[in-house]
Parts: sequence; structure tokens; C-alpha cells
Amino acid sequence: MTDRTSAETLNRRRFLGAASLAGAGAALSAIPALAGETAKSEALITDVQDWQRYLGDGVDKHPYGVPSKFEKNVIRRDVPWLTASAESSVNFTPLHDLDGIITPSGLCFERHHGGVAEINPADHRLMINGLVDKPLVFTMDDIKRMPRVNKVYFLECAANSGMEWRGSQLNGCQFTHGMIHNVMYTGVPLKVLLDEAGLKPNAKWLMLEGADSAGMNRSLPIEKALNDVMIAFAMNGEALRPEQGYPLRAVIPGWEGNLWVKWLRRIEAGDQPWQTREETSKYTDLLADGNSRKHTFVMDAKSVVTNPSPQAPLKHKGRNVLSGLAWSGRGTVKRVDVSMDGGRNWQTARIDGPTFDKSVVRFYVDFDWNGQELMIQSRAIDSTGYVQPSKDELRKVRGVNSIYHNNGIQTWLVHSGGETENVEIG
Amino acid sequence: MSKSANALTLALAALLLGGMSAPGSTQQMANSDVTKLAAKLGLGRAATADEIAAWDTDVRPDGRGLPVGKGTVKQGDDLFQEKCASCHGEFGQGVGRWPVLAGGAGTLKADRPDKTVGSFWPDLSTVFDYIKRAMPYGNAQSLTNDEVYALTAYILSMNDIVKDETFELNDKNFTSIKMPNAAAFFEDDRETSEKQFWNKNPCMKDCRPAPKVTGRAMAIDVTPDGKSGPKVE
Repeated sequence: MTDRTSAETLNRRRFLGAASLAGAGAALSAIPALAGETAKSEALITDVQDWQRYLGDGVDKHPYGVPSKFEKNVIRRDVPWLTASAESSVNFTPLHDLDGIITPSGLCFERHHGGVAEINPADHRLMINGLVDKPLVFTMDDIKRMPRVNKVYFLECAANSGMEWRGSQLNGCQFTHGMIHNVMYTGVPLKVLLDEAGLKPNAKWLMLEGADSAGMNRSLPIEKALNDVMIAFAMNGEALRPEQGYPLRAVIPGWEGNLWVKWLRRIEAGDQPWQTREETSKYTDLLADGNSRKHTFVMDAKSVVTNPSPQAPLKHKGRNVLSGLAWSGRGTVKRVDVSMDGGRNWQTARIDGPTFDKSVVRFYVDFDWNGQELMIQSRAIDSTGYVQPSKDELRKVRGVNSIYHNNGIQTWLVHSGGETENVEIG
Repeated sequence: MSKSANALTLALAALLLGGMSAPGSTQQMANSDVTKLAAKLGLGRAATADEIAAWDTDVRPDGRGLPVGKGTVKQGDDLFQEKCASCHGEFGQGVGRWPVLAGGAGTLKADRPDKTVGSFWPDLSTVFDYIKRAMPYGNAQSLTNDEVYALTAYILSMNDIVKDETFELNDKNFTSIKMPNAAAFFEDDRETSEKQFWNKNPCMKDCRPAPKVTGRAMAIDVTPDGKSGPKVE
């Protein structure tokens, strides 16, 4: 995925940008006066401010609300050197700017193979054909007349953290871990649609196909399809965003994001996998011995500390909140441990908010910091007893060329000034 | 304690337990509960033969889905130079960051493997299926079946899988072509080959010697400037 040569060519040009990023946390704020001590009055309080005197915007200003202008840096970002064109590329969720477990729809990372298809829902059709009793065509109206479910699931790209196999490369958890989002989907269990068409007994695999200019297609085992796969038309309570597959996408809980076909237009039933480009030349995991794992669908348990992280350095001595996300494609997250000393000693973090099956959880460690250097790590433990491995443990089994499924433990080095950087430790 | 007080305590306990278990269970209803409601809705209409033919262009390794057609290496070479070489290079070597299609034989165990159609892809049908649905990039589904056969033949030739430029690939001989790396793929075995990652008692204290920093993203310095994103307003 990454070409170190071209990356190095870009080094010098990006030097200034990366340097300013690193410098963001250089100045620690002065410790404020403690209660009881003599404090200086703030003009913010003693003077009447503009927003207190003058009228603000009326209700007709923003028919569809947008974030405050003071949040303009909370955006998806891409890494231009990663791919040849923006239409077949990826951008990253700003995890370090978010909290809770739900990703705002407009900040969910995007991965397209032929750009965003723009489809009027009135023109969208879903076909089911192949090994079925009756090949069918559905309109969006048909689908919205079927029984619905609401589920919160994470979607992680199998290539999330894929640039980090050989060592720390990108200085920001947005870039190292931002190919994930977690939203509530509304849709129809796929089984409802398959029952309408009537699967033949020899139907063992499905092929899902998108209506985009890449005609994205992937094979899906029938057991999974009948278990918890859904066909979604809404996310976070409103229609899917165009970049997330409007008007219809597949939701394949706990499995790699590439299977969640967007702009879903066709489902074919067959008796064997199709061996499409995305499940052979891509999304297979090359090991050190030259052989490759295929059908590595499940996303292993993984976690990351989002704050502090390189884009969100520590700003204060004394009280601080460490925060992060954990998830597992095999079930629920049972526990998250955090280390402040590079994995020598661990403490169990506090999970807050709901714990759903195949959804992220939010965890916190409330701690006091006296300015000492920290090596912050987190490890997720899931409902099957899987413990997120270190990057070294993972490399022993998977080598450094598998691109996909890097769920190794991340290390952030926090310097005494609060600056935080992505490091590899040994 | 009286009988009725006991019953009240039990009821309260049940309520509390019910409340405790709510997030994992009741907020996410099992799909099966809904699919039971749905037996035969009578929604949707029959797909016509023409509609299925228009969309069902996929091709499998066993040749299922291959359309009638043919194309030679030479024809494919001409087409490739016209429609593909601007991204993939004259000989499939790739231009810039665009995909390399040829070469890389014997590099899969190397430190920097070169994964191309010839060195990595297990099935020829994938080439046909993908070109037919997605290429040329930005003008998808514009090629005839004969053109897709010809381009597939040229890709075989640039990878030395066929040697003769008069070679014709067609729906009859297609499945006889074997890809060099076909045997190197195996089913996901993580739950056995990585079973050490399931650990009932992960270490909590003095788990390793003091760590040393061995690599730094800032030294590699390829991170985009996090402060210079486009405006959202």
C-alpha cells in the first residue's frame, strides 16, 4: 500500500507542515490559581461581550445545522501520497476530536474505488438473482415497506493501521486508526429479502455488487448473510450520506469494511465464492512465507487511545482525562487495559456508555500528570477472551507485508512538554 | 421478613437485573425476531431475463458467466496502449502510484514483494470480471466482450503466462489457463494459528523490561499537516 520511496520523496516538502503539527502542544498552560488564592479578574466576565449584547442568528439561518465555526478543524483528512487518485482513495475519521461511541455522519471516513455514485433513490433498484426460486427486483419504496431493525455497529477498513506494519509512520491517530466509524443503522435484515426470492438449497455464497463506477463486488458466505447482515437505508436517524452508499448499503457486522458494499444494486446467490478482485488481489493477507490468507473477514479486537495522541497533546499538568475507543468483530468488548509505561504495568480503564455487540466502546482513565514522560498504550479484551496483541507479537505471525488486519497495540510517547508522538518501542 | 416483603425484594431484584442487562440485549433485537414477522411479504417484482443479462456480468474461476467472445494478444496490445497505458504503463509497469500489472515473479517472500496479476493473482477470471465491470477507470463498462478477452490475453502475455503474440483467448480455452500463484492462498486460520492471542490472564504487573523507543513517525515525516484542512463552512 505504501511506497516508501515516494513517501521519502515527499518528506522534505511536508517537513514544515509536520513540524507545526508536532509543535502544537509545545507550550503547557500555566497552572491556574487555586480556589482561595487571589485571582485576577477576567475581562471575559467583567465586560459585556458581543454575544451577550447583540442578537444572534434566527431559526431561518440554518435549515440544516452545521458545527460551530470554532470547530472548523474537526474534519476528515486524507494522505495524498497514499493513492493515485482521490476517486479511488480513502480519508480518515478525526478520532482525536470525537467522544462517546457514535461517529457524526459527516465525519465517517470514506473509501471509494470509483468515486461517490450520485443516485436518485427513485432510480435505484436492488436485484436478487442466481440460485433463487424467483429472481426479484426491489425499489426503495418496496424496501421501506419491510420490517426494520436499528443496530449500532462499527465499520473498520481491513487496511486501518496498514501503513504502520513496519513501524510508526503517520503521526496522528486520525491517520493510524481513522479508518473506522460507528453509527446506528436502520434497515432490513438481509434474510427478509432472501426469503422473498427463496434461496435454493445449494446457495452457499452470495455476491454483493454496487452501482458505482467500480461495480464493487464481494462474496459473502450464506451463514453470515442469514445471521446478522442487514441492508441499511439510514444512519444516525437520517438517510445514508452519499459517500456511505446512499440510498442503500450492506451492513456486515464485525467484518472488514470492504464487504459492506455501498450503493448496493444486486445480490447473486451461488454455490462458491466469485474470487473477485477485492477478495484475491486485495484484502488477502500475504505472510512472510509467501503464502496468503484469504477470507479473513472478521476484524480482531483492537483499541486506541484517542486522547492524548499526536494531534491532541496534553495541555495541562495535574488532572487529565485519557480517552479511547475499543472494538471487536467477534462480539463485545469486555475490558480495556491501559499502560502509561509502554506495557510494563497495566490498569483497567473505565468503559462508559453502552456496550453493544460489534460496536465500539468508549473508555477513560482519569489521571494526574506531573509532567513525566509517558508511553501510553491500550489493549482490548473481547467476549471470546481474545487479548489485543503487541505489534511485535503480531509481526511474528503475520510478517510486515500483509497490509490488512493490523490490530497491534499502539504506543504514544508523551514528552514532558505534553507533545505526543507515534513511536515504535522495543 | 414477611412473605410479601420478600416478594417485593425479589421483584425489585428482577427489575434491577433486567435494567442491568438492557444495553446488550433489548436495545439490539435479534434479527430472527424480525424475520419471523416477515414470512413472504409479496414485495418486489420478477426480474426480467434482459435485466438479469444486463447486470449479471460476473465471471467465476470455473468459467461460469463467461460471455461468448475472443481476442488475441496483439489486439490486446493495441487496445492497451490506447486505453490503459496512460495509467498502467506500456508494459503494465505502472505509472506513478497507479497499479503495476506485470512482473514481480518470485518476489512474494522478499522484503518488498511486488504483487501483480502475474506474481500474485490466483484466478484469471478475476481479470476478466474486473476489466468488464470497472475499466477503463472513469469510463467503466465501455469495452466489448471481445475487447475484454483481448486485454486479458495481453496481460497474460506481459506476465509471460502466454508467450505467443498470436495467442487467442476465448470462452473455450479460458479455464485452461492456470495462474502461477494459484496454490498459495489458504482459508483464514487465525483462530488456530494465532490461538496464543486468547489469554485468560493477561499480565498486569512488571510485564516486560523498560521499553526503548526504536522508531518515530516524526523521523519519517510523511504526515499531512493536521492544521491545514479545508474549511467546513
